[in-house]
Amino acid sequence: MSFGDAVARLAARGGLVVQPRMGFADPARMRAGLAATRAARAATAGTITLDSYTRVNDHESVRLALHRGDALNGFPIVGHGPSVTGAMIDGIAAPDFPIQVRHGSADPRHIIAALLGAGLDATEGGPVSYCLPYSRTPLAQAVHNWARTCEALADARTAEREPHLETFGGCMMGQLCPPALLIALSVLEGLFFWQHGLRSISFSYAQQTNPAQDEESVAALHRLIGELLPQARSHVVIYTYMGVFPRTEAGALRLLAESARLAVRGGAARLIVKTTAEAFRIPTVAENVTALEYAATIARQELRATRPPQDTGVYDQARSIVDATLELSTDIGAALVGAFARGYLDVPYCLHPDNAGETRGYLDAAGNLRWKRIGSLPIRASADVVSARPMTSVELINSLSYVERTYDRIP
Amino acid sequence: MKFDELARLVESPSLNIVVTSMSSDSHTWNLVYLQLVLEELGHRVVNLGACTPDEVIVESCLDQRPDLIVMSSVNGHGRHDGARVIRAIRGCPELAATPVVIGGKLDVAAGADGGVTAELLAAGFDGVFTGSAAIAEFRAFVAALPVPSPRELIGATPTLVDELTPVGA
Repeated sequence: MSFGDAVARLAARGGLVVQPRMGFADPARMRAGLAATRAARAATAGTITLDSYTRVNDHESVRLALHRGDALNGFPIVGHGPSVTGAMIDGIAAPDFPIQVRHGSADPRHIIAALLGAGLDATEGGPVSYCLPYSRTPLAQAVHNWARTCEALADARTAEREPHLETFGGCMMGQLCPPALLIALSVLEGLFFWQHGLRSISFSYAQQTNPAQDEESVAALHRLIGELLPQARSHVVIYTYMGVFPRTEAGALRLLAESARLAVRGGAARLIVKTTAEAFRIPTVAENVTALEYAATIARQELRATRPPQDTGVYDQARSIVDATLELSTDIGAALVGAFARGYLDVPYCLHPDNAGETRGYLDAAGNLRWKRIGSLPIRASADVVSARPMTSVELINSLSYVERTYDRIP
Repeated sequence: MKFDELARLVESPSLNIVVTSMSSDSHTWNLVYLQLVLEELGHRVVNLGACTPDEVIVESCLDQRPDLIVMSSVNGHGRHDGARVIRAIRGCPELAATPVVIGGKLDVAAGADGGVTAELLAAGFDGVFTGSAAIAEFRAFVAALPVPSPRELIGATPTLVDELTPVGA
């Protein structure tokens, strides 16, 4: 059984598969969270989100926190070890309830060993998406770590077991990264996974700031997957908006609903939801279940788009970025490192030392995410760039809070 | 008019400030924003970025000798990380008297402070900024800091975030 096949089957039968973010240090609480996810009135996938000490391989801090009973912001899968984790999911993981481990690590080798040892085989991330925004690890080192990670997952393949890996590249920085670059990174990470042995791959895209632009972007992602990796068993996964979230319940639900409609209209199989508590704190299990059921309800009322979306050049830009990167080396990892060194890949507002930092995104009046500066991105022919003053702190806050303000406003 | 009086007139009061996350926190929008806020106030910022190990914070501060160290975290582990890092900073004689502040979402509890401010002040921070008024209180704290003796005019122009590359690796 594969996470990917399970999602495909659930999606074919029950519409969109919905999945929470959820992680607790205590195995009993983690198990209860998974059980509640499974019992939700929706086609669901379970999530084990790891804590941020485990993510940075600070297992000593995990040990101290567990010893003292300090709160952790996720499930420490390495600290607990395979037997505790295996017991935690025993009887919960099932063919109709696939479970994914979510972590955010630039060096997940210990995490992969721990999840495989516990009988799990689906996770997410990538050499770029879990390095640049979230760590100080040099990109070349993250590429190395992720190559070994992919190989460890691929080595676990058996007749009954098909390991699954999801690209996180479509979510870079959560906001203010124009869609073409998100799509390019998602596809490039998928190609990297394939080159290192994965055969079941999902491609992420995070909801941004304008529904029409998002629909165009998801179509562009599907087209690129079809052109570059048609042989993979793949699906697209949409993330509900990852930036500053609406504070009102009505606003949060409208945004969640918009992401569910995007997923269905765009032909995605899976949606990672957010909750009405998102603006304030880590959501409870009950809040997550409510969000899962609400998203599933909205999804059932939506149909896949039959007309092609607008074309403002997202596909062309993404294809240019992917092509320029792939020309650098047949080794995708080396191509990624080279592309960042040359600025062919350059993530706006990313502080990582290996990111050139010459690009900037901004929101136009309609909430379209556009380029303010493209640096050395190979999209000069197709990008409509508005050169302007550097962004001020007020403009930055206004851009970061655009979605919050838009969705919190009385409709 | 003496030269140093002239210098005071033409130079806006400016601080050298280190902005940093802590080892377990990967968020950076808070850091990008704080850098812009401080630069717009005319100060110079070195931004250490995400997941900064304790030793990188300490070594960078020993190298920069900043007038202010700003630690920001939003992932809920700041309470523990901050208490640990401030001990390391205060353990350096060169940094024993440097103003150090911390802010953001510092624990995983919702809303209530739960004693985190008192705990971190006792641990050695000069300011703890959480909640909706955090930025206003932080600006007031920065405005009240004594500006060090006039610096050389060359290099005193504040750089914008777009012109800065992050330091450290």
